[in-house]
Amino acid sequence: MKTRIFVTLKGGVLDPQGKAIHHALEGLGFDGVNDVRAGKLIELDLDDGVSDEQIDEMCRKLLANTVIENYRIERVQG
Amino acid sequence: MKTAVIVFPGSNCDRDLAVALEQVTGRKAEMVWHGATDLPDGVGLIALPGGFSYGDYLRAGAMSARSPIMRAVVEAAGRGVPVLGVCNGFQVLTEAGLLPGALMRNAGLNFVCRDVRLTVDNAQSAFTSRYDAGEEILVPVAHHDGNFFADDETLDRLEGEGRVAFRYAEQVNGSARSIAGILNAQGNVLGMMPHPERVIEAAHGRSDGRRLFEGLLETVA
Repeated sequence: MKTRIFVTLKGGVLDPQGKAIHHALEGLGFDGVNDVRAGKLIELDLDDGVSDEQIDEMCRKLLANTVIENYRIERVQG
Repeated sequence: MKTAVIVFPGSNCDRDLAVALEQVTGRKAEMVWHGATDLPDGVGLIALPGGFSYGDYLRAGAMSARSPIMRAVVEAAGRGVPVLGVCNGFQVLTEAGLLPGALMRNAGLNFVCRDVRLTVDNAQSAFTSRYDAGEEILVPVAHHDGNFFADDETLDRLEGEGRVAFRYAEQVNGSARSIAGILNAQGNVLGMMPHPERVIEAAHGRSDGRRLFEGLLETVA
């Protein structure tokens, strides 16, 4: 089963990369972009037996650094 | 004093550290591959070098912090063995949970490679006893991810407990409260972004980093 992990910076954490992307979008002439935050998408192909708790543990132990990042787990059907 | 330098795939300052340690201790440092599970017996100092281990994949230091040798490093740190992490080594120590906070992309987004002025904040630790509190020293940095971040509560605690070893005396990378190097609660683990091993002899132009190693030798031996 495919599972997607979305890793994003926590709210209070400054995101210089997001700021640079924002700046570049403005440079290309795109108006109306209020803010940009950059994150990561990690796709896992897992055996059906892998539990939600195990995925959560993977996130906490390696995939996200919970000092600065939040994560969201999304199981993809099919 | 017997010293060990941990070598990760992508470390590139491991030899600099080994040379600095040998110059100060008079004894060759043992190079320990990250895949090893044990440290040399009786090691008095463990050093984690700078570099770009695992190409900074996922996050700087993230993969190395989970390598087999780190279990032994964490265990040794718990027993009070001094552990020094420089640059990527500092990133590995935070990722391994031996030090609080995280090192993020430099606020200016640029790789910063130059000499920077540092202030010695705590001159009482095993690593900094040869410096004077408030003394200014010049040490090179070379990093892309040196922007120290921790929540306010953690920063207050670090400052309140005298665990800020070095601060930048100029704008470098956007680090919270200008923090350049921090100690763990026991005072036997130091992580710092600047490279003391690159300024230890006259040929380097300066030797401001040498006293860090000399102080350690004095305290530990």
